[in-house]
Amino acid sequence: MLDFSFLKLILFTYTFNFGVPLMDKTIKESIKELAKKMRIKIIKMLYTAGSGHPGGSLSCVEILAYLFSQKIKRTRENAFDEDRHRFVLSKGHGVPAVYALFSEIGILKEEELYQLRKVGSPLQGHPDRVKFPYIEVSTGSLGQGLSVAIGMAMGAKLKNADYTIYCLCSDGELQQGQMWEALMAGPKFNLDNLIVFLDYNKIQLDGWVDRIMPVEPVKDKIASFNWELYEIDGHDLEQIDKVFSKMKRNNGKPKFIICHTIKGKGISFMENDVEWHGVAPKKEDAQKALEELEES
Amino acid sequence: MGKPTRASFGEALVELGEKNKKIVALDADLSRSVKTAAFAEKFPERFFEIGIAESNMVGVAAGLALSGFIPFCASFAAFVAGRFETIRMSVAYCQANVKIVGTHCGLGIGEDGNSQMGLEDLSIMRSLPGMVVIQPVDHVETKQAVAFAVQHQGPVYLRLTRQDVEDVNPRDYSFQFGKGVVLKKGKDIVLFATGALVYHTLEAALSLEKEGINAEVINIHTLKPIDNDLVIQKAKEFKRIMTLEDHNIIGGLGSAVAEVLSENEPVKIKRIGVMDVFGESGSPDELYQKYGFDKEGIMKSIKAFMKS
Ligand SMILES: Cc1ncc(C[n+]2csc(CCOP(=O)(O)OP(=O)(O)O)c2C)c(N)n1
Repeated sequence: MLDFSFLKLILFTYTFNFGVPLMDKTIKESIKELAKKMRIKIIKMLYTAGSGHPGGSLSCVEILAYLFSQKIKRTRENAFDEDRHRFVLSKGHGVPAVYALFSEIGILKEEELYQLRKVGSPLQGHPDRVKFPYIEVSTGSLGQGLSVAIGMAMGAKLKNADYTIYCLCSDGELQQGQMWEALMAGPKFNLDNLIVFLDYNKIQLDGWVDRIMPVEPVKDKIASFNWELYEIDGHDLEQIDKVFSKMKRNNGKPKFIICHTIKGKGISFMENDVEWHGVAPKKEDAQKALEELEES
Repeated sequence: MGKPTRASFGEALVELGEKNKKIVALDADLSRSVKTAAFAEKFPERFFEIGIAESNMVGVAAGLALSGFIPFCASFAAFVAGRFETIRMSVAYCQANVKIVGTHCGLGIGEDGNSQMGLEDLSIMRSLPGMVVIQPVDHVETKQAVAFAVQHQGPVYLRLTRQDVEDVNPRDYSFQFGKGVVLKKGKDIVLFATGALVYHTLEAALSLEKEGINAEVINIHTLKPIDNDLVIQKAKEFKRIMTLEDHNIIGGLGSAVAEVLSENEPVKIKRIGVMDVFGESGSPDELYQKYGFDKEGIMKSIKAFMKS
């Protein structure tokens, strides 16, 4: 038998890159570096706090790093501008990733990170927009953020403003009825200013999503709800970038990006392990994790 | 050394499930936290994982109850009580025999912060006709309260702690539904406490003996129906009444006692609870200190009230 698989590869590489400008190498490197620093800070924060959710914080790092550095371009100075892009973290327990990012972009001082979950700290265990106004929406009860994001996208339309609303959801959230109510509403109101990311890491609290309560076929379901749909590797910066070059702004359709991710991404012993959903690393594990990250 | 009441609940559910095959359990992706995991392992055919979908869990539980089963549906109090209107229609209005279990109540959960804290659940649940509301205080009482819930025909809400609670009842304790339990006799002031605050209240009362204040401590495990007779009788005996709970000051034990007394035996009441604010992150001990729920804080409140 002749093996033609090499042809497929050539074809794949060709179609993949043709016509779409490749992401600038230095930009890509800088986002990668940002992601690495975020992971290091996530581990340090959770270790210091003694509790929190490593798995789901680590799986959304590339999405956040790309989004905030390339699209939202959040700074301390523009954080409260009327026409700023909005970001809603619907999976609130992943907030350490956001705090880590905020410290990298100058919104938080590093020492403030280590006040996470302490009495009086603005850095609550789950996002609190009153105690920490750089957060747009308080979350932590799963399944509610997308509805709020939809309201924000409707608000932007009503105001004729052209900022974008970004929302990050988790696969476990798809089990909530309210998610599907929101998924129905997005296309009805022609919210092409709303971009939803699904951090599809396949694991929830008690186990694998397909055993707890299957959500598949996610792609068919969301597509049948009339969203503009994309499916990518949520750790691949080029794929994230490419999606943005494909998206159409003024077609009346909200966008939904299924990002296949790995829970605990970046730390070998945390990857795809249910046990690391909601347990902070103790000293030894934190050290091991930091060593791995430094070497990566 | 005590343990969390959610753990005692988990043990009781397995023991009772052994004897009563009608008992079923439903979960919303928290079986390890709410301690139904052991039941799930032992009786997989009677355990239903619904996913992160608390409304659906409550509705499905109602359907199972209307089919003759005794469903326990458990999640964090904030999430399950948060599905109020489903509970109102499908459980309470239907008089479905559903046992709703809300764990992780109050500031005592600590670091996860407000979004995971059940702080208004007593208020919500008390407002539903026919709903029995119980907050057991320690291991023995929790185990018996779960047994009571099984044999009681009708909806029950059980409020449980994430954190360890010390034992306050003797080993031979016997749970009397709807009856307050006098844990310490006194003559200067009566302290009605519920849940995790009972132990701290007892400690405070014992320490105050040395300062010449002789406080009576009563554990109120059944918040609905509240022990009318006992509350009225104590109001007649004592000039000062204090209520203590790890819950919003509105709608919980303090409200229940005030409701009874304002109509029957008006007397000055001081309510200790979360002063109509949301919760926050912090270690359980630090939060109890900050909100005046530890022994020292309670002593301070009692002394101030005695002077007023
Ligand atoms: C309404 C609600 N129910 C339960 C929880 C408790 N909880 C916190 S995280 C979690 C699992 C989350 O898994 P998933 O949504 O897949 O997030 P990820 O894997 O990205 O961490 C659960 C059940 C919650 N926060 N909100």
